[in-house]
Amino acid sequence: MDEGLRNELSKQGVFTTKLTDLYNWGRKNSVWPLQFGLACCAIEMIAASMARYDLARFGAEVFRPSPRQADLMIVAGTVTKKMAPQVVRLYNQMPEPKYVIAMGACAISGGPFKQGYNVLKGVDRFIPVDIHIPGCPPRPEALIHAFMLLQQKIAAQTFTGAGRPRFLDPAGPSEFPVPEFGAHDLVPPNNPAIWRAPKVQRAES
Amino acid sequence: MSESELLSAPAPTAMNYEIRPKPAGTSDAEVGGELLEVAMGPHHPSTHGVFRMDVVLDGEQVVKLKPVFGYLHRNHEKIAENTTYLASMPYTDRLDYLCSMTNNWAYALSVERLTGLIPPERAEYIRVITAELTRLVNHTCLIGFLLQDMGALGTPLMYAFRQRELILDLFESLSGSRMMCNYMRFGGCRADLPAGWLEQAAQVVGGYGQFLDEFQALISENEILVARSQGVGVLPAELAINSSITGPMLRASGVNFDLRKADRYGIYDRFPFRVPLGDHGDVYDRYMIRLLEMRESVKILEQALREIPAGPIIDPKAKIRGFRPKAGEAYGRIECPKGELGFYLISDGSPNPYRYRVRPPSLINLTVLEDMCLGQTVADAVIILGSVDIVLGEVDR
Repeated sequence: MDEGLRNELSKQGVFTTKLTDLYNWGRKNSVWPLQFGLACCAIEMIAASMARYDLARFGAEVFRPSPRQADLMIVAGTVTKKMAPQVVRLYNQMPEPKYVIAMGACAISGGPFKQGYNVLKGVDRFIPVDIHIPGCPPRPEALIHAFMLLQQKIAAQTFTGAGRPRFLDPAGPSEFPVPEFGAHDLVPPNNPAIWRAPKVQRAES
Repeated sequence: MSESELLSAPAPTAMNYEIRPKPAGTSDAEVGGELLEVAMGPHHPSTHGVFRMDVVLDGEQVVKLKPVFGYLHRNHEKIAENTTYLASMPYTDRLDYLCSMTNNWAYALSVERLTGLIPPERAEYIRVITAELTRLVNHTCLIGFLLQDMGALGTPLMYAFRQRELILDLFESLSGSRMMCNYMRFGGCRADLPAGWLEQAAQVVGGYGQFLDEFQALISENEILVARSQGVGVLPAELAINSSITGPMLRASGVNFDLRKADRYGIYDRFPFRVPLGDHGDVYDRYMIRLLEMRESVKILEQALREIPAGPIIDPKAKIRGFRPKAGEAYGRIECPKGELGFYLISDGSPNPYRYRVRPPSLINLTVLEDMCLGQTVADAVIILGSVDIVLGEVDR
């Protein structure tokens, strides 16, 4: 649209925008997180929603206990192998469009407990993660920063074309297989459709 | 319509329904015989983390309750046995992640008993100050969460976290981290107090009494709090002793046992303070005990901040490289905000502990959960769990 015409219209009190932008503007400013704390990071997540950091400024203060009402899963804390099936199940129960923030070192990679026999080495082995926040635990400001990045991501999404998000693609999965807590490890140990072990690049000698 | 007709005629509201007649051939006894099994958790807003209670309900009454642990089992003890003594210190922060300072102290104390290191005077004072600040943080947050479980959504927790942030600022300027302080070392502390820290701490502590007055005036007389917590979840003193309950839960049942008085570890014998005791052992007493303990902590803090001497902060014999305690065993315990936190260490002379065992107060306090919940309603089970004060990082380790 012509910039001069747009300015002229706005002087008359008529604002023009694209439907995509309007829709995304509404979505990004009212993301409801799932009230779902796993470990230490959950305390910082609560602190971020309290008076000093005030996550409500970003439209995300409504923590919903039910996954059916939530848009965003903040995986705040260590995901153990016993808990991983429940995390995936909760993610599957959330309606599309849905997003995931992996908060803290444990959710990203297992963190300090990575060598433990009962700790999942990164929640992205089973569910797709949009934003990773490093830290042990990350400060509330870091969570707010992750939140602003997520808002940018939502605002940039389009409805059509090859780059459209998963929930608008009929072929895109909205549910992911739930692993089982087996005798020795999770079965399967990861979801090969979304995660592959990183290839180690060795320097030629 | 006359007045008598008005009184006798049912008002036209939606509540005015007729009770349906029971199906033929049934009686109350048969209807009441059906039990309902509910799995509360591991994802439940009231379980304070990933904890599961398998509850069997008769109507709304709890007839059986089975706690299910292990959803946050992070292999703390096994990792600690495979790493050096000092490298376990950051892991102790993550045991009870609201009270990292007291966890540090308990671990440092048990290693000091193993090796014979003696912290200097100033370090002992810093330890008391940080431990009592931690107690304030823990009890304030606990009361916020407990009231949230009772239905006061948001407001008390906002007040609690406002106060918590002030203390976390102190911890941050002292140790570099808000929650995971990793501050104490074997035979002392890691870094000296930064300039102006004592004045800032005195300011925070000086304002705490006013906050407690305000908090207590707002809430303690509240009708809903009183109705929901008095006489609920009673823990008799005898059962509490037999189940080795410690901490505020034990004292709420009227047993006078506080390790700060009984063990006099550190320099607690220099501080005159009272140990508040409860009469009934119900949820209200457990709530009240925490408020009263915070007032005693404020007194200890005021005295410690006034008396803290200058000097070194770590035992000169303490060394970081090549730290190998002699073979032997030691148990160090302190009164952490949740109860008796102990570390049992066996050394075989190598850089790693041969056995490393944590005595977690949260887990042991949870063992009487079923006894307190039987016969109560399921809504009361939530606040009884809240009053036990668990942190799952410590329960499951």
